[in-house]
Amino acid sequence: MTSLIDESRPDDTKEFARAEDQDRPRTIAAGLPPSDHVFRAIVRAIGVSVLVLTGSIGLFLGYQAIPTFKRYGFSFLTESQWQPQLDKVGISAVLLGTVIVALIALLIGFPLAFVTALYISEYAPARWKSVAISMIDLMAAVPSIIYGLFGFAFLEPHAQDLARWLHQNLGFIPIFKVDTDPNAASWSPAAYFGSAFIGGICVSLMIIPLACSVMRGVFSLAPIGEREAAYALGSTRWGMVRAVVLPFGRGGIIGGTMLGLGRALGETVAVMLVISQTFEIKFTILSSGTNTTSALIASRFSEATSAQLAALLTAGFVLFLLTLGVNTVAAVFVSRSRSGAGVEI
Amino acid sequence: MTATTAAPQAPDVPRVLSARSADDIGSIWGSALAAVSFTWIAYYHLLSFSGIVGFVVVTWFVFLAFVAGVTLVGNPVPVLFDRLATAILTSGAMLILLLVGYVLIFIYRRGWPAYTKANFYTQDMSGVRPTAPLTQGGILHAIVGSGIQIGIATAISVPLGVGTAIYLTEVGGKLAQTVRTVVEAMTALPDILAGLFVYTFLIIGLHWDRTGLTVSIALAVTMIPVIARSAEVMLRVVPGGLREAGLALGASRWQVVRRVVVPTARSNLVTSIILGVARIAGETAPLLIVSGATIFFNADPLHDKMNSLPLLIFAGIRSGEPAYEQRAYGAAAVLLTLVLVLFITARFIARDKLAKRARVERPAKSPVLPTLEAGNAPS
Repeated sequence: MTSLIDESRPDDTKEFARAEDQDRPRTIAAGLPPSDHVFRAIVRAIGVSVLVLTGSIGLFLGYQAIPTFKRYGFSFLTESQWQPQLDKVGISAVLLGTVIVALIALLIGFPLAFVTALYISEYAPARWKSVAISMIDLMAAVPSIIYGLFGFAFLEPHAQDLARWLHQNLGFIPIFKVDTDPNAASWSPAAYFGSAFIGGICVSLMIIPLACSVMRGVFSLAPIGEREAAYALGSTRWGMVRAVVLPFGRGGIIGGTMLGLGRALGETVAVMLVISQTFEIKFTILSSGTNTTSALIASRFSEATSAQLAALLTAGFVLFLLTLGVNTVAAVFVSRSRSGAGVEI
Repeated sequence: MTATTAAPQAPDVPRVLSARSADDIGSIWGSALAAVSFTWIAYYHLLSFSGIVGFVVVTWFVFLAFVAGVTLVGNPVPVLFDRLATAILTSGAMLILLLVGYVLIFIYRRGWPAYTKANFYTQDMSGVRPTAPLTQGGILHAIVGSGIQIGIATAISVPLGVGTAIYLTEVGGKLAQTVRTVVEAMTALPDILAGLFVYTFLIIGLHWDRTGLTVSIALAVTMIPVIARSAEVMLRVVPGGLREAGLALGASRWQVVRRVVVPTARSNLVTSIILGVARIAGETAPLLIVSGATIFFNADPLHDKMNSLPLLIFAGIRSGEPAYEQRAYGAAAVLLTLVLVLFITARFIARDKLAKRARVERPAKSPVLPTLEAGNAPS
């Protein structure tokens, strides 16, 4: 402040310096009008009540884990059976099933979501583009029970053929093993019924639109200058996409995929409709029977005693921690690429 | 999107990037035709395979091979990659878009016998056996139940969600940061857990009955974080300059929020709320736990059980009774129609706003740039 005054009005320096001692900036925060106090109090109260509500769910779930681990000990994580009559409950089989179904969904869903996002963002004609975006958004808005219905009535019978084909031709790979003769003249579809593979296909329908819209959003943010630079250097469209859009959208690709994974881990109804529930640790994805944590909760809560209810809540809590971790990582990737910090030139 | 080529004698004409040459079009369609014919002969007649899925997959690979071969005849390698990428991306996207359409058609076709009967909408299932023909009974109780539950859940979660969003964007502070973190974390909560929480807390703990209200609370619990987060995104994109202009004119914070921020973001807010409603309309997982299925008409959310569309669909499809399954497909078509109506309404409001903004901000014709719609942020 002083230096500025010195330059502009050198004569008054002394007087100004003295005046400055008393010169305090006027307090601008003149106090809020009463209406603002009320406004702030109300929205703060709403914010705090939502914090209490949502926070208490997390705390409640975490709190339920204490008696469960006291009662069942570490075996809660390693036991595969869920037999309340014998007081033998554990989540190793359902957790494994949850992860396997989600990974299958991701393996099927990721390439399709990626390809669709890239097509809509870079290749679709302008008129057709908004239609395609609407259809993907619509795909996200369709309730999961509709996909469950579709999976139950349409995918299940058709996927059994596909599963048998995989078994016939790739059966030597351990995960594609099924305890039946794939080449038998009258093959039994029951051996392939309700497998993790079919559950994964069904869930992939739900994660495709989610992953696709995140990826498309990030792709469309790729800087126009660099796109034009690539074209100016004589690049083909695919050359431009590879040199500009994909490096720029890397964070969005990873983030969108992980958001899809988070969704796949928590999916309940569609999975419940297509799988047949079993409680065993298995890696053979084509053979009948699998299980997921949310399907376990939905099918077992009604017969549970209070201790077992706590155990179910704990199983849910473990699932929640899993999805929370995945979503947090996804959010980091997505926000980084949206802010432009992921661009390396 | 345009780039210039340095042509020595001709005037500087921008390279047209979107148009395709006759070579492009010819090689793509020619390869497609050749691939279908070739595969048809080889697959069904020479090798006598069967199965339509295998045929399509083989055709696709043959098509790619033909495109590659034809392109390499007179083009450099980069053009080969460009054409292959175009073919792969386009066919993948077409597959997904056809799939969306097929899911919708499938549900409407399966539900056709049920939802075309008038009594389907005017009767409930009381006194009607599940095996009864479709001319008896209907899903009125489920439609009304769903409507009431969605209404109450929306009435609870919209004020709380939007209020929280206003708190996060307009008031702020350390506490707001905590609220934001917790709310964002809670969007990761699997739907079924919200149901299990309400079940354990209200029904087991406080001995509430399984009424429409408990269902609404479970739905609201899943909806609040979603609404709060998407509404916050919508409020955050309101330019700060508008707020400052309002404050500079002497408006109080409340007046700025009421007269500047919310009106600016209104259509976006409405869109995100409608999409949130569409989401809970089909929410089934919490209902499996907190709701009880009934066959009676019940419009009182405080007493007795209340059925809903998702629950009826789930129960019907698992019953194994052909007539009941038919009703489930009919109910699914009704639910899908509800979601579609909500979705189209949301689109309509959003597009109206976009068109208006385009008129104001883009008077001259400018290249159409792809824009990220904040409304499509993941929920």
